[in-house]
Formats: sequence, C-alpha cells, structure tokens
Amino acid sequence: MTGATTDTALAPETRPLEPAAPSRRFATDALDVVVRSIVPVLLALGAGAILLLALGRNPITFYSNVWKGGIELTAWQDSAIRAAPLLLIAVGLVVVFRANIWNLGYNGQFLLGAALISGLGPHLVATEPRWLALLLLFLVAGGAGAAWTLLPALLKARYETNEIITTLMMSFIGVGVANILIKGPFQDPSVNIPQTRVLPLNKMLPSIPGTRIHVGVIVALVAALLVHYVLTRTSFGLRLQILGANPRAARHVGVKVPRLIVMSFLVSGLLVGMAAAADILGTWGYVRANWNPAYGDTVIPFVFLARLNALALIPFVVFYAVLSTGGDLATQQANLSTDFLLVLVALILLFMTVIEYLGRRRALGASYLTPGLQQALRTSRLRRKASA
Amino acid sequence: MQDPDAPAVELVGITKQFPGVLANDDISLAVRHGEVHCLLGENGAGKSTLISILSGMVRPDAGEIRVGGKVAPIDSPRDALELGIGTVYQHSTLVRALTVLENLLLGETRGLRLNVEAARARLAEVAATLGVQIDADAPAGELALGRQQQVEIVKALWRGSRVLILDEPTSMLTPQGVAELQKVLRRLKETGISVIFITHKLHEALAVADRITILRAGRVVGVLDTAELAASSAEEVQARIVRLMFGEDSRAVADVAELRTDLEGEQAPVDDQPPDAGPLLALSRVSARPVGGFDPGLEDVSLEIAEGEILGVAGMDGNGQRSLAEVIAGERALSAGEIHLYGARVERLDVSARQKLGLRYVTDDRLGEGIVTSLPVSLNLFLKRIGQRPFWRHGRIERRSVEREARSLVESFDVRTPSVSTRAGALSGGNVQKVVLARELSFDPKVVVFNKPTYGLDLRTTSTVRELIRGLARGGGAALVISTDLDELLDLCGRILVLSRGRVVGEVENGPNAGERVGELMVGAGDVAAV
Repeated sequence: MTGATTDTALAPETRPLEPAAPSRRFATDALDVVVRSIVPVLLALGAGAILLLALGRNPITFYSNVWKGGIELTAWQDSAIRAAPLLLIAVGLVVVFRANIWNLGYNGQFLLGAALISGLGPHLVATEPRWLALLLLFLVAGGAGAAWTLLPALLKARYETNEIITTLMMSFIGVGVANILIKGPFQDPSVNIPQTRVLPLNKMLPSIPGTRIHVGVIVALVAALLVHYVLTRTSFGLRLQILGANPRAARHVGVKVPRLIVMSFLVSGLLVGMAAAADILGTWGYVRANWNPAYGDTVIPFVFLARLNALALIPFVVFYAVLSTGGDLATQQANLSTDFLLVLVALILLFMTVIEYLGRRRALGASYLTPGLQQALRTSRLRRKASA
Repeated sequence: MQDPDAPAVELVGITKQFPGVLANDDISLAVRHGEVHCLLGENGAGKSTLISILSGMVRPDAGEIRVGGKVAPIDSPRDALELGIGTVYQHSTLVRALTVLENLLLGETRGLRLNVEAARARLAEVAATLGVQIDADAPAGELALGRQQQVEIVKALWRGSRVLILDEPTSMLTPQGVAELQKVLRRLKETGISVIFITHKLHEALAVADRITILRAGRVVGVLDTAELAASSAEEVQARIVRLMFGEDSRAVADVAELRTDLEGEQAPVDDQPPDAGPLLALSRVSARPVGGFDPGLEDVSLEIAEGEILGVAGMDGNGQRSLAEVIAGERALSAGEIHLYGARVERLDVSARQKLGLRYVTDDRLGEGIVTSLPVSLNLFLKRIGQRPFWRHGRIERRSVEREARSLVESFDVRTPSVSTRAGALSGGNVQKVVLARELSFDPKVVVFNKPTYGLDLRTTSTVRELIRGLARGGGAALVISTDLDELLDLCGRILVLSRGRVVGEVENGPNAGERVGELMVGAGDVAAV
C-alpha cells in the first residue's frame, strides 16, 4: 500500500522513455546476460590463479590438471555422472525460486531420500525385477523429498510463515532422521562402521552401453528440459512467475496462491529427492552415517548465475562438475585440500555480487534477483529517498 | 536589506530534466507577498517537480530561486525551511501514533532538550493566526483529515515561514473541509503570508487564487489575474484557461469535471431504468473482517445496482472501499451476508469464476496488483484467463492467439505501447490503466467495479475512462464507481452511497447540493469534531 503511494507520488513526472526497439533490446539483453553470467566465472578463475601463485603452485599446471581429470579421455563421463544430482537439485530449486519461494531444506530432503533408498534398496532389488525396483526407489526418494517440504509448504500457504526458517529447520531434522535410520534399522549388520548395506554393482542404474554414464544423467537432463518447458510454456509456469513477480497481482487475477505454493514446494522436493536416487543408485550404492555432500549449497550460486533458467543451468552445472571432477586430480597433484574448489565457488559468488552491484548502479537491466525481490529493494530505496 | 517591493519568492528560468522527460522547461514565476498563487496544470505538467525544487527535495539543472529579492540556492529541505518556505504535501507526513504536539516537536532540532511548554505556546499562537482550534494532546492519527492538514500547515509555519506551499491540498477533503481551508487561506493572506496552491481542478483555482500560473508540458503557458477575470463570464474564463492548459487538445477534454467551473449546476442525468428489471448486482448485509489496521472491513453493507446504472461510493480513503471492491470481486472472503449476481448467489465463487460470469474489478492499485510489471503487455491482458481456451490448450500457451487478441485489444483501447511484447512496467500510468481496463472490459463485461478509476491520470485519459464507464452503462451493464474524488462521482453517477468506517451511512440522489450532502454524511458518521 505504502509502496504504491510512493510510486505514484514520484512516478508521474519521471517516466522513463519508451524502451528502444525490441530487436536491439534483445541483443543488449543477451549481451548483458552473457556478461553477467560468464564474467564472474572468469574473474574467479583468474583470482584463483593468483591465489595459487601466492601458495607457490603453478596455476597453469593446476588448471591443465583440471582439464585432464575432468574432460580428457573418458574423464568427461565422470564429470557427467557428477553433474546428475547437482542438476536435479538445481532445477528443483529453480521451480520454487521462480515463485519467490526459498526452499533451503535441500540437504535434509536429499539425505532423507538417500537414507531411505539405501535402506530399502538391497531388499527391493533382491525381490523385484531390476527396472521395477529402481523405478520404485526413484519414487521413494522423490516422495521422501517432497514429503519433507510439506510442512513448510502448508505453513507458508496457510499462515504465511517464513519458509526460509521452516525449511532450514526441517533440513536439520531431516539430516538427523537420516542418520538415525542409517545407524538404526538400515545399519549393515556385517560391518562395524555405521553404514547401510551396499547395492550389488549389477543391480545399480544401468549405463549407456560403452560408457560409464548411467540413466540418472539422462533423468537429470530430461528433468531440466521438462522444467524449462513447464516454466516457460504452461499456465502453471506463468502462475508461478506471477506469484514470484507480484504476489498481490497473483491474488488479484485469481491465482489460487496457497495451492500453488504447496504444489511448487512438492515439485521442488520431488526433484531434490530424485537427485538422491540418481546419486545413490548410480554412483555410491550405499550411505554412510554423517555423509553429507551438501550439493545444494555448492549449486546455489549457479542457480542464480543461470538466472533461474533451467536450460541455462545445464552448462553451468556441467562446468562445476568438470571443475570438481578434475579438481580431485589437480588438488591432489598440487598437494592442496579439495576444499580449494570451494574457494573457487566462493570467489564466483563474490564476483557475482560485485558485478551485480556495478550493474545495478549502471542500471544494466537484467539481474540475478527475481522481479519480486528487486521490487522490494527498489521500493525500500525509494522510500528511504522520499523520507530523506 | 531586503527589498520590500521584491516578490516573496521568485523563480527564474528553472529547468529540470529527468531521464526522458523535460519536467520543467525554463519556468519563471513570481509570488507576491500575501497572495494566493495557484499553479494549475494537469498531471505531468511539471507542478510537482517545481514544488520539489522549491522545497529542496530536487535540485534544478538550471535557473535560480530568489527569496525576498536575493538569490537563494536551495540544496536541501532544511535550506528551504530556513529561507521561510514551508511545504504541506498531498499525503500526510504526520506520525499517527504521536500526539499533535509530539509531531510538531519532531522538527525541533535546536538544542537537545525538548521545550514542551514553549511548543505548546507556539502551537496556540500559530493556530490563532489560522483561526483554528487544535487539540495539542490528541494522537494525530485520530484527527479527521482536514484537521490533520491544519496540523501540517502549523508544522510548515512553525519556524516562521512566510511562504506556504500546499500540494493538491483539497484531494483528501470533504466540501466542508475545503470551505474551512479557504477560510484559513484568507487568514494567512491577511498576515501577509504567501501561499502557493497546487491543483489540477479549475474551479478550485478560480475560487481561491489571486493569480493563476498555468503549466503545460513543463512550461509556463499563461499567468492570469483573477481580479481581471472577474470581468468576463464564467464560460469565457473556462474556455480561455482550458485552451491554455491543453492547447490543440482542448476539445478532447472539454467536458471533464475537473475543468468545469460550476459542478453543482450541471448534474449527470439519472439513467432511466427499465422498471421491472431486477438488479444486476445486489449485496445483502455483507460484512468482512478488517485488514491490517488500514481497512476497517465491512459491516452490514447492502446495495443494489440496476441495469444501465452507475452507482457511486464516496468516502475518505481507508473507510472500507478496498474491502467492498475485493469482496465483490471475490478476492476477499466475507464473514456474513450474500452477494447476488443476476439474482444468483455468487459469494462462494472464486475470482475467475466471477470473472467468467461478467463480474469485473478495475483495481485502484494498478502497479501494485493490476499488472505484473515484468511481464509483457500481451500476457498482462490475459492474466485473468490463464489456462482458458482459446489462449491456453491443455495447459500450453497459444502464443499466436494471445498476441493476435492482444494486438486487437491494444488497438481498440488505444494503449500507447511500442509493441505487445513490451514489458508492462515500461508504460506510463495512463497506459497501464488502459491495459487494466482492456482486460476487465473485454469478453462481455456486465457488472464492473471501478476503484478510483482516474486517480493520477491525465485529463485526456480521465475523459476516456469516464466515457468507457458511461458506455458500459449505456450498453446495459452496471458500474460501481468507488472514488475519493467527489467531483468524479457527481460527474458520473445517478446515486451516491457514502461509506464510513465500513458502513453505508447514507445515500444521495445526484442533483443540486448533492456534493454538500455527501460531505455532511462523510463527516457526520465519523467523529463529531471532524472537519
């Protein structure tokens, strides 16, 4: 209400010019997006090189080792496998972030799904045909992820509770429950360390003939394409976009907001849970207690670099997968901890912020922020100016 | 030191450029001591920018300001105050929870301790100058708007200002409040204080001003002396000013209420209704819960609108208007009562179901909820039909049919946009309103709720919007027009309901003195001390 009055009070005589012709705008927009997406990555790699020099390592050797370990020969297949759970989590986040809903409970949703299928998997693959068992396990993991978002979703839909807090809280509980399951009912009785039984290799996700790339990678790619289609072409996607850009307009035009909140949360949790299935059934085959790869935390910067666009996410996630796969070799050779890769991710985040700040000052148009968030920031700035 | 013959305030060659708009173009004007100087011009003419410059909110690109004959750069609101220029803004700047006295002390920056007794004495002194009585210890939020405005005037004169700027001061007042304000203006003139009075309504300017400066598109297009004007007839005066305000466009806006000099004489005819037709829309004893302290909700509201009728709802902002509109549109649940559309109950239907039945709502908060600024114009035109054929099939958008239909709507409602794929947020206020109107008035509208339909629009668009409302009624539809602008209701409606604190406190047939009676009802139902 107050935002609107501020707008109308200041706006009428300060209208911007009508925008330039659409084609030119498209070109500058596209350039803008490229600049804002690629530049932070390049700057981070550059800053990383300086860091390596400071640590007395040769950056050229380091980055060429990343290339060797992440792409050359058949290493690219390992990178692709590593990308699968990351991509599934990332598109799961895109679905809700588009609607300005912040599902930050991905760790709990992921680990709960992982624990459940690691516990149930060995029985299921022993009794059912392989395809049916794997399909059921995918559904179990997805269902677990979705179910774990239900409470925050209902609270937000019904009482407008802040989902950042509730999903984070549910995440801690989810991680705890997963550990209890692994140490308790799902504990492999034949070993002393707290972990689940290991799936037999021949019962895991089948690979594409001639490669190590398993079906989970294809599931992730299809999910990304499907999510992109739904978000850009369907009424569901448009409703999500309206909710994200302007929740009051959503109510005004008759979008059933509570239902939409719950739906988008469930889809998000489902995709995060399926990431667990792709990772456990495709790569690990079991879960150890206190294992937490925190894929979601590493992938969030890329979700924003890709402007919440599921299609654009694919190259970014692949980039990170290569960096992290090749980084295993490179950090080992350079005698560094693998945590150095997290430093690179942190640098990307840092440079994103810098570019965003510069971009906003120069009014470059597109932004990492969703329109709703931008609107909130802009009106608060206006209000500050008006009261100054 | 100061030249007594020099104007109180003089602007010389003021120019201000905003991105894409030359808001003020070489504006010069002089305000004499003890005169009421009216700035008249429609929305976007540059009045607000000029005032922002004079009150130190905005710095001009070129030109200078002289106070008492001396060049006085104004770089901040504090500079303006120290030069004796006080401003009363259109929207209240009082802190509602604080008392009148505390509000006045807020501006007191000299010394650390608050000198309450001195402030009390100063309040009494300024109030006496204005000829008003103000309770120093009443919470500001509990005062009627007219009284709040008086407190704002006291605040502006607190430090001994000799020039008072009033920005659209009547927009929140009842006719009685306006009369009281005019008395205050006369008292101010007697004490030699100059008043700059901003308005976009011609009859107000003629009623209060000694001189009128007319702005159009950022330029001064005329300065008139009302004493001289008194010699010519009302029609001549009106025709002359309208020509100045609009130039070539004057014919397009000739009939708008804002430009009439005499509203009471010429009332909109009450539409003759088919005698046996039942009401298109009927509310029966509808109640709704209050929302967040701003909106009192509704209590026991009943009304009927017949085919071909335009029913007005008057009232100060925040007396339940939004609740009324949203309850009818289906955005808000009612706690009691029934809503009948064409005789059938609809209170359980949701927004889109009512939309399909021909019940539409043109919201007052265009940018806040009327459109999604980041979406293209084309999608904004179909926001209320998401998922419906032929624009969506099996949940998938049919881009072509959306764009084709959007183009035809843009054309028939004369929306000025580079293309239908332009972001709706890039349009001007008037064009945003046209997008909203195109959405609500297409696909067979029957009953339309208009909430402040012309608020903030230029007069040409205002005229178009009012013609659309009349057209809807002529075509057998029904309109409910909610407005805080009484002139607008007198211009459009046959009957006017008065809403106060969520209740309908009376109904007035449009006709002679209707405005005054509506004003009485607005006040009478509220606190007795209200103005």
